[in-house]
Amino acid sequence: MIAAALYFAFACFGIGLLLCMARLVIGPDSADRILALDTMVINVIALMVLYGILQGTAIYFEASILVAMVGFVSTVAYCRFVLRGDIIE
Amino acid sequence: MTDIAQIVISIFIVLAGIFGLVGSYGLIKLRDTMQRLHAPTKSTTLGIGSALIASMFYSLLIRGTLSFHELLITLFLFLTAPVSAHFIAKAYILRNTDRKDLPETGTAFDWSAYDDPPVPPKGD
Repeated sequence: MIAAALYFAFACFGIGLLLCMARLVIGPDSADRILALDTMVINVIALMVLYGILQGTAIYFEASILVAMVGFVSTVAYCRFVLRGDIIE
Repeated sequence: MTDIAQIVISIFIVLAGIFGLVGSYGLIKLRDTMQRLHAPTKSTTLGIGSALIASMFYSLLIRGTLSFHELLITLFLFLTAPVSAHFIAKAYILRNTDRKDLPETGTAFDWSAYDDPPVPPKGD
């Protein structure tokens, strides 16, 4: 039963990634594209956590912590670039 | 006992999937950028939160070991989500709002999206 629920959640987050990809392509403003990338990172973190449950190991938690940190830093870096025209002043 | 544990874990996993889908669907459905800023918070707090609760319950009830990795991810995401949303809103304001439409700040500094950050005096 847990496996069936996991495959349902995989499908949901996969569709979510496709919707974010659509917003990344059509987004009229660069803020929309940054937001879509941020949401894609969120979906990937959830996919990795659920894949860790499916595989029964704890390795994927470390990987998802790293993905969360890199995603936050990349979001802030993109926004800094839009705001200031430079990332590190 | 194991059946109840499996049902609880499955409910949390299904909730995580539904809220993740809702958060990403809101990105497509909502009309304005400032409205779209609202949608992914659902997938951050409720979607990832449910997935991490399910993972904690799985390691506690099925495998018999208590795991605290998930709390780290939850804490990190809850701390960083407002910061990144604030930055995205500032980037949107800078590019899409006319300065003359905004009220005066009433201080020595302008809105932070338009003005340089205040420089501390020398000697500090």
